[in-house]
Amino acid sequence: MLRPVTDADGAPFWEYAARGELRVQACAGCGEPRFPPRPCCPHCQSFEAEWRLVPGTGRVWSYVVPHPPLLPDYAELAPYNVVVVELDKAPRIRLVGNLVAGPGEPLGSLPADRLRIGARVRVVFDDGLPRWVLERS
Amino acid sequence: MAAGTAGPAGLKDATAIVGIGQTPFAKRLPEDERTLACRAVLAALDDAGIAPGEVDALASYTMEETDEVELAKACGFGDLTFFSKVGFGGGGSCATVAHLAAAVATGQASVGVAWRSRKRGSGARPWTDTTVQLPTPAQWTRPYGLLRPVDEIAMLARRYMHEYGATRDHLFNVALACRNRANQNPAAIMYDRPLTREMYMTSRWISEPLCLFDNCLETDGALACVVISAERARDCRRTPVYVHSAAQSLPAQHHGMVNYWNDDPLTGPAWTAARHLWKHSDLAPEDVDVAQIYDAFTPLVLLSLEGFGFCGRGEGGAFTEGGALEIGGPLPVNTGGGGLSEAYVHGFNLINEGVKQLRGTSTAQVPGASACLVTAGEGVPTSALLLRS
Repeated sequence: MLRPVTDADGAPFWEYAARGELRVQACAGCGEPRFPPRPCCPHCQSFEAEWRLVPGTGRVWSYVVPHPPLLPDYAELAPYNVVVVELDKAPRIRLVGNLVAGPGEPLGSLPADRLRIGARVRVVFDDGLPRWVLERS
Repeated sequence: MAAGTAGPAGLKDATAIVGIGQTPFAKRLPEDERTLACRAVLAALDDAGIAPGEVDALASYTMEETDEVELAKACGFGDLTFFSKVGFGGGGSCATVAHLAAAVATGQASVGVAWRSRKRGSGARPWTDTTVQLPTPAQWTRPYGLLRPVDEIAMLARRYMHEYGATRDHLFNVALACRNRANQNPAAIMYDRPLTREMYMTSRWISEPLCLFDNCLETDGALACVVISAERARDCRRTPVYVHSAAQSLPAQHHGMVNYWNDDPLTGPAWTAARHLWKHSDLAPEDVDVAQIYDAFTPLVLLSLEGFGFCGRGEGGAFTEGGALEIGGPLPVNTGGGGLSEAYVHGFNLINEGVKQLRGTSTAQVPGASACLVTAGEGVPTSALLLRS
């Protein structure tokens, strides 16, 4: 499976994720969150940034179900879902991820008929990658 | 010549495409990309009746493998004074002609050639090269299995269908219009292969909600065209096809294929390109007789129909109903078969097909066509041309 090949701007996201924390870059000047991370703020041009803890909850904004041809590791798990999750309280922060049956479950573990745009989801961490499970309530 | 609105030496109708050339299209051609590039370029110059030694400007895509030095020394060009390459894959197609038009209109050069040569049919799929693909922003998408361009666009397509009620039948209408035109075009890869709704609805998924027929072909082939001043074009052997308006577009806070991170991911570069294109044009969308709309994936056509103003926001799906994209409909599209059914050469065949329509020589000719929109890839920084005869 592919691991994130990160860069100077993105590295903190993955360092926090490895500790089980979901944090997004936000401007230390004007406070506006931004994703993906970048060197300076597109709103106020400040180079000062902080990594803000965000609630690990949101809604499915969209999803796809890839089928082969795919890279071999992914072809073995296909069909699986890839979702875009819109975070609560930060609607422009949308994270690509996978909706899985439960913590530690593999790609493709959630039956496709459970996928729905608007479904409420919650983050879980698996080997340093944020993944998502359906909220029960 | 009417003065342009872009400044004292505006682009409007200042230049014309006077030659087009192409190789055969196939899943596998025996010759290499460099040879195919030379063949397409020399065919375009022959079509124009202009000697290779007169060429002094070149434009292509950053993904083009045959560079200017190789092309110039093989084809026997003169001294080059302008050369340009445009990024973002198929988003750069129309920009190659736009750059040449700007160079010729401002006196930087006099005979420009744009080209694209690609062995995407027999060569590797770019997304399988993880070393090239993995740097930013791939860290945010690829580990999760969002691996291919089709996956990235399918994500926007699903959201689009959810928000506006577009259906797979609307996507099929796009695939069918392209296939029907390819069935009229002997040079098209799908010339002898009709498409039915049954075939479409039962075909295999590639990335749900997109199936096999929502995806463009994988093609070996090359194309080229020749751009010169409008003044000289009037003396050429072919009917001049004027570059009436041209635009490039990278909207504020646009993120490329994975445009998930701004306020409105469903209005992409087409909207920005269209604003510029129409602003510098004497024409409006209703004046367009035929359109060549970039179709790497069917949903891009729905988005482009909205972006370029042929229908309102969210109406792209409904616009395709009732044969609207077919010959005889309000907006015939991709009359050579497009990337979906003629050939996928990063959209260059759409440029040449636009020229054929305005010369009156298309295999699916729109009667009396005098204005043709050509677009480049939606969903990436893009470009567009408004051509007229």
